[in-house]
Amino acid sequence: MSLSSRKRRRMWMLLLGGLGIGSATALAMTAFQDNLVFFLAPSEIAARHPGPERAFRLGGLVEAGSVQKSVSPEGRPEARFVVTDGPAQVPVVYVGVLPDLFREGQGVVTMGKLGADGTFRASEVLARHDETYMPPEVADALKRTGHWEPEKGAPPPAASWNTLNPKAETTGG
Amino acid sequence: MPWLWGLSALVLAVGIPWALVASPPDWQQGETVRIMYVHVPMAWLAMAGYASLAVASATALIWRHPLADLFARELSPVGAAVTALCLATGSLWGRPMWGTWWVWDARLTSVLVLFFLWVGHAALVRAFDEDERGARAGAILALIGAVNLPVVKFSVDFFNTLHQPASVARLGAPGLHVDLLYPLLACALGFTLLFASLVLGRTRAAVMEKRIRQLQLAQARRRDSEAA
Repeated sequence: MSLSSRKRRRMWMLLLGGLGIGSATALAMTAFQDNLVFFLAPSEIAARHPGPERAFRLGGLVEAGSVQKSVSPEGRPEARFVVTDGPAQVPVVYVGVLPDLFREGQGVVTMGKLGADGTFRASEVLARHDETYMPPEVADALKRTGHWEPEKGAPPPAASWNTLNPKAETTGG
Repeated sequence: MPWLWGLSALVLAVGIPWALVASPPDWQQGETVRIMYVHVPMAWLAMAGYASLAVASATALIWRHPLADLFARELSPVGAAVTALCLATGSLWGRPMWGTWWVWDARLTSVLVLFFLWVGHAALVRAFDEDERGARAGAILALIGAVNLPVVKFSVDFFNTLHQPASVARLGAPGLHVDLLYPLLACALGFTLLFASLVLGRTRAAVMEKRIRQLQLAQARRRDSEAA
């Protein structure tokens, strides 16, 4: 198919325009990557040390065995837990209602300020969902066979369970 | 295209009961996971639909094909509707699961921008007295807006976001158990067929409308010349 010179010129103009806009966007995104963060991980706090007056979001996993629930002096539910990303931990205190997905081993994003004692005073706790979805029977089978402890973090690689059929397994053996 | 409508109805008649009734709940989300069977197809359609808008716009600008202009004009209201459904269902899921209706993270914000692009395109192509000028302006807007597509897709990998990364289109095995994955794929296929039926039906109606207008114009001209 031969293109007339005018059509070819229009095509080149579009390609050049697309290239220009595309590279401008890519450069802007790379420049923003460090600043456009939704949350800071515990190990990033040591490096960035946000002041006690600055509100920011802290994100990570709820450490296994760290959740303590009580009632605040005003009679509202209070939760204390530790947020970890592996190398670093930050203790968090939060007064309010926790989302349904909140549990040990779950990802959370909390908004608040870091106190002078190193405790993060959260005004909001959001639960993060990971990219895995499985029926309850499959989760139970993974827990029963010792392949996964949800309190300790993410499930094993999806290929090992996404075709698992727990019913056939229990009747078969 | 009655066969396309029939096929979409058939696939959705299987996919929706399978997803909403027959498939198992999620181990920690419970029944709320069923929102995904609408949310994910709407998100896919919002992106794939925009990609086809960009292709139609490039075709219209380079080859000046009138059908590409009509297709783009009829596509954008449907695209805006699926993007709105994607945002609304995501918000309904976010409230019980995350604990919030909305956050300004990179994924949610870039999808909101995608919604504004759809609405902006639909409004811009209709904003001119001359259809051709509106179509030209809309095509340029659609092509500039196409840079947002990779931003939406990779926002969850490139930035840290509250929104989870991709479960189906990722390296390695899908992060969904097959009992949830297959009904999701059935719903995605059904909604895609429905989307295609809607857009092609609208485009066909627009072509006929244009032809009728031309015939009426020709008739009026003839009557004028006969009177003169």
